[in-house]
Amino acid sequence: MAEFPSELRYLETHEWARLDDDLIVVGISDHAQEALGDVVYVELPEIDSAVLAGDEVAVVESVKAASDIYAPLSGRVVAVNEALEDSPELVNEMPYGDGWFFKIKPEDPSALESLLSADDYKTICENEEH
Amino acid sequence: MGKHTPLYEKHLAAGAKLVDFGGWDMPIHYGSQIEEHHIVRQDAGVFDVSHMTVVEIHGDRGEDYLENLLANDIRRVRRPGQAVYSAMLNEQGGVLDDLIVYATGDPYLAVVNCATREKDLDWMSRQAQPFGCRIVEREDLAILAVQGPTAIARVSRLVTAEHAETIASLKVFQGSWCQDWFIARTGYTGEQGLEIILPGVDAADFWDALLADGIHPVGLGARDTLRLEAGMNLYGSDMDESVSPLESNMESTVFLEGRHFIGAEALRSQQASGPGAMLVGLVMTSRGVLRAHYPVFADGEAVGEITSGAFSPTLQHAIALARVSRLSSDMAVEIRGKMHPVTCVTTPFVRNGQPVFKPRSGT
Repeated sequence: MAEFPSELRYLETHEWARLDDDLIVVGISDHAQEALGDVVYVELPEIDSAVLAGDEVAVVESVKAASDIYAPLSGRVVAVNEALEDSPELVNEMPYGDGWFFKIKPEDPSALESLLSADDYKTICENEEH
Repeated sequence: MGKHTPLYEKHLAAGAKLVDFGGWDMPIHYGSQIEEHHIVRQDAGVFDVSHMTVVEIHGDRGEDYLENLLANDIRRVRRPGQAVYSAMLNEQGGVLDDLIVYATGDPYLAVVNCATREKDLDWMSRQAQPFGCRIVEREDLAILAVQGPTAIARVSRLVTAEHAETIASLKVFQGSWCQDWFIARTGYTGEQGLEIILPGVDAADFWDALLADGIHPVGLGARDTLRLEAGMNLYGSDMDESVSPLESNMESTVFLEGRHFIGAEALRSQQASGPGAMLVGLVMTSRGVLRAHYPVFADGEAVGEITSGAFSPTLQHAIALARVSRLSSDMAVEIRGKMHPVTCVTTPFVRNGQPVFKPRSGT
């Protein structure tokens, strides 16, 4: 069964976001990595690029398909997880830990509160399966 | 709910993720597709491929019937039970399906794809009438493929003495009945291994014995990357009725000289005028994944598209089959709006665990 940590916020498109000091860390959910299967390649955004909430900023390629990753908040990309270049399997092994994708310096950190709660996101995933 | 093979409960017990596959609920993987791929390249894995259609061809004139039905020449077989891989064509030379026929004599045994089952049975039955042959589908049978460098030795230890003797007597690409099991040294992975056609009621016990010996179950996801590394076509992706075997890298399975078979005339005229397209291997050593339908370019000009693509777990880079109108030393694939250089190569990409592809001459 997929995990849905309650301290995270989520997008309907299966990204998670977490406030870490003044930065937003972004990855994909456990449910998403399970559905994708083995991840073989991650295309990350450029550091310093400005992004708008809802922009396609990264791509995750699994054995099954290529999927877009959307920015949950507007801001500037300040870090990317370079470990994914050589070890994309981290996305499967630790989707909420070492498998993170990028960090954004958000324009408005409070916008995080408008994203889905773990319970709401879990409900969406369960409905998808039926 | 889809159709279930006799091993459906076994798949659930082994932790399979099931997907719809041509109307069947089949395992796509049992945890990790990539690990399963490596297991087959390095050790031994077992696939349930009971969704495929087993047919028998009954009648005195079975050989004449197959000679007319297939682009490959059943009369070229050297050994009883030898497997003949062939395209089955329509009158226009388009590929209706690809299949394996085992030259067992009456009744001949054939395995065709599940997605084309109805079309194949209908076509094969229709063509059988003038030869007085009868096509019988064997829905009571299951098929297990045990593949990998240790597969034959391990299976030989697990089966009865009679079955082990049969296995020892087989050459590559040969099969034989032994009691009510048909055992063949064939597969769809580019490794050594066996395909075993057995009564559905025996399948679960045999599966349990294989798993108890440490042979890992392998899903259809890894089956696809294994066959692609082995340079083998997948019907519906790499060829279909709209293309001929000459445009599908199947020339070595087509024997035109002095023969008549369905589609032969169309192939002769295509051969005379030169096929419009060819199916070739592509490799991309930069980062990224090649996928079906990505457009392919030669010298900046669109020349075709990828028919099957994947990240190759053995090679650790992307590989693909692509149907193109011409080759060049400057080839590229468009991925999400960006051009990525690729090299056109010979297939297979991988054989017995080792890279074997070379850049194609003339590129």
